Order: sequence, then structure tokens, then C-alpha cells
Amino acid sequence: MNWAGLYTVLSGVNRHSTAIGRIWLSVIFIFRIMVLVVAAESVWGDEKAAFTCNTQQPGCNSVCYDHFFPISHIRLWALQLILVTTPALLVAMHVAYQQHQEKKLLVLTGHGDPKHMEEVKKHKMRISGSLWWTYVCSVVFRLLFEAVFMYIFYMLYPGYQMLRLVKCEAYPCPNIVDCFISRPTEKTIFTVFMLVTSSVCIVLNMAELVYLVVRACARRGQHNSNPSSGKSSFYGHKLSSEYKQNEINQLLTEQDGSLKDMLRRNPGLQEKGDRCSAC
Amino acid sequence: MDWGSLQAILGGVNKHSTSIGKIWLTVLFIFRIMILVVAAERVWGDEQQDFVCNTLQPGCRNVCYDHFFPISHIRLWALQLIFVSTPALLVAMHVAYTRHEKKRRFRNGEKIDIEELKNEKMHIRGPLWWTYTSSIFFRIVFEAVFMYVFYYMYDGYQMPRLMKCSAWPCPNIVDCFVSRPTEKTTFTIFMLAVSGICMVLNVAELCYLVIKICMKPSRKTT
Repeated sequence: MNWAGLYTVLSGVNRHSTAIGRIWLSVIFIFRIMVLVVAAESVWGDEKAAFTCNTQQPGCNSVCYDHFFPISHIRLWALQLILVTTPALLVAMHVAYQQHQEKKLLVLTGHGDPKHMEEVKKHKMRISGSLWWTYVCSVVFRLLFEAVFMYIFYMLYPGYQMLRLVKCEAYPCPNIVDCFISRPTEKTIFTVFMLVTSSVCIVLNMAELVYLVVRACARRGQHNSNPSSGKSSFYGHKLSSEYKQNEINQLLTEQDGSLKDMLRRNPGLQEKGDRCSAC
Repeated sequence: MDWGSLQAILGGVNKHSTSIGKIWLTVLFIFRIMILVVAAERVWGDEQQDFVCNTLQPGCRNVCYDHFFPISHIRLWALQLIFVSTPALLVAMHVAYTRHEKKRRFRNGEKIDIEELKNEKMHIRGPLWWTYTSSIFFRIVFEAVFMYVFYYMYDGYQMPRLMKCSAWPCPNIVDCFVSRPTEKTTFTIFMLAVSGICMVLNVAELCYLVIKICMKPSRKTT
């Protein structure tokens, strides 16, 4: 499991994202993960080997390196990228659950042939109802993780700049010892680059959040002014509402309690309106 | 055979798991195996090379490293991840055996749709329930055992910066310095936390399966 594996997992989610979400994912993979793997890892590759202190005292080098670099930039970025990309899996899980419910309904209403099942898998889910909430939560978590990591970076490495020389006096260094960092300018450039792309991603996430809220409120306004145009789920279009209701009534009388429970718990399976419960 | 092949093997088992099982597998692959491969292996990469002792005595450094690190964290995690993910193969074997039986019945003349047989999801009932529950139980046991082994071997989960060593041939009590102790402590705690989350998920899945099987007979009697 490596970055390519993560890309495979997340590309599936891409299909149910908004346009801004897709742009965000491309920025993450091209400008952050790819830059990390292809360039930044080579810059930080010799960070410990080439960290030199002006002393022959054994152990002083190690101790001073550990003092000034508690966690390497590379590891922090890897953790940040993994944590920032995984909230999208919440959306993937919710979509899988909704598809499972739709398939169950199709089988119960007699449309359980393989062609319809394939269509359920392939069609794009609308970001409405409970999926809207899951999607918004995932965007909020992304923002939170980005902000937390930028703060951690600032706390660990004040000013985001890499110094050329640091002075160290931790045991067993005999006195205040000069230690020299390898490639400080290149490291500063990459740190600033990653900081800028992180900010771009934060801006994209905030724009996506605003877009989702505005869209949901606009839909709610439209629904209030024109109640008869309430949209149904994907298969609501295919079956007329009266026919559906007859089928479901028949099934309710024939089947056992588990089906009744399922349909009672999910009245939205019959008629999914674009409800904005946030507005 | 590498982590990618393990992912391919376990992806097939995923189809017959519960939802909690699927979440557990995702957490395992993204927060444990991926972190191990992408980050932790680099941190521990120079662990022996940069293990420095304050002595010129040949052999002292090797002996002290071996004394303080009988098995490296990275190898222990790799073993833990392999042991924890393989009980799922019990379920895969059981599913394969059930399908084989059905195919045999088809060949003996019963009418079964072969294509449907390949793709159908097995319901976790009857003997498969026992196999599945046993696999979760083994997962929990392996996780707990490895967490204990880590605690026992490394006296807690923290990596000290300085270790004092007096094993032969070191001439006296010698200071030895570990490379990147803070980063190693951070990753040890992270892997411990995710291991804890996986244990919680496994316990939740076990409870879910037990409750589901207890609810079924009570529904049948009403």
C-alpha cells in the first residue's frame, strides 16, 4: 500500500464529488503528493547523515539533530496528506450504503435484473439529504486537519524557515556547539511551496463548503416556491409514484417484519426530495 | 509477495465482511500499512548505522545495539500486521469451500446458476458465522499479544535518547545514543493508537455479530 494505492482508493470517490472537489483532489495528487515523492524526499534524504556539528564528541550529533528536528518535515507532510485525503472515504462509505439500499428496493419492486443493478453502480449520486451532511462533514474535517498541521509546522519550525546554523548544548555536547544543516535554502523553498499549496487547498475547501451551502439553500428556495417539482431518487423517475406505492403496499402485506422495518426507517427510499435540513 | 499482494488477497474477503469489517480493513491498510511503508520505514532506516556509543572499543556498539533492540519496531509491526490480517483468510477458505460444495451439487444435477454463484454475497449465518467470529477473536488476540510484546521489550512505548550499556566487550558503562528518538516515539504512539482503534472495531464487530444472532431466534418466535 503506497501513494498509488491511495490514489486508486480515492479516484472512486472522485465520481461523486463536486467540480471543486475534483480540482482539490488533482491539486493534492499533482502538486503535493507528487512533489513530495519526486522532489522533496530527495532533498531531505541526507538530512541526518549530512547534519554536522563542530565537535568530535560521540552522540552530540544525534542528540542535537533530535533536539532541532523532533519530527522530519517529510513525515509530517506524509501524515498530513494521508489524514487530509481520508475524510473522502466517509463519502465513499455513505454512497456505498445508499447504493445498497437502492439495490434492495429494486429487487423488492421486481427490477432486480443485472442491467438495473449495473446502472445503480454507475450512476452518480446527487449530493442531497443525508449525503449532503456527510459530504460537508468530510470537507470540514479536511479543513481542520490542514489547519492543525499548518499550526504544528509553525510550532515546530517557527517561521517556516530552515536555518543554516543552529547552536546546541544538550548532553553530551561539551559546550555550545555549532551545528550545520544540509541544503537549508532548498528546504526553505520546498517548505514554502508546500505551505502555499496547502493554503490553496484550504481556499478550495472553503469555496466548496460555500458552494454546497448556497446550492442547498437555492434548491430549498426553489422547492418551497414550486412544491410539485420535488425530485425523486434515480429510480423514482423510472417508476410512476402510484405504481410504486401499489407495489410497495403489496410487498408490505406479503413480506415479513424486517422489510416493513426497512421501509419504515427509510421513507426516503420511496421519494427522495432535495431537503436542505441545514437551511 | 509484498503488501500490495496482501491487499489483493484481502480485498476479496472484504465482499463477505460486515460494514464494521470493511471499515477495519480500510483503517488497517491506510493508517497502518501505508504509514509503515511511506513514513515509519524511513525513520527506522538508519537505526543501527546511527546508533553511536561513546567508545572506540570494536564490537561494543554492535553488542549494545543488539542488547537494546532485540527486534526492531519495524519488523515487529510487519509481523503484527501479517498476523492480524490473515485470520480473514479462514473466512475466505470457508466461502470457497461452500461454493465448491454448491458447484458439486450443480454437477450432480441440481439446478444452480453458476454465474450467480460466483458473484453472490454469502450471508454470515450458520457455520460461516462461527468461522467469522473465530477470525475476529484471533485478530483481537494477536493485536493484544503484540501490544504486550512491544510494552515488554521496550519498557513502555517511549524511545529514550540515551542508553547506558555495560555488555562485554564495552570497557565500562558506556553512553549510547539512539538516532531520532522523538520521531520514533511519535510513530510508536501513533501506531499504538491505531492498533487500539482496530481492537475497538473488532470488539464492536464481535458484539454486533453476537447481538444479531441473538435477535434472530427471538424474532422467529414472535
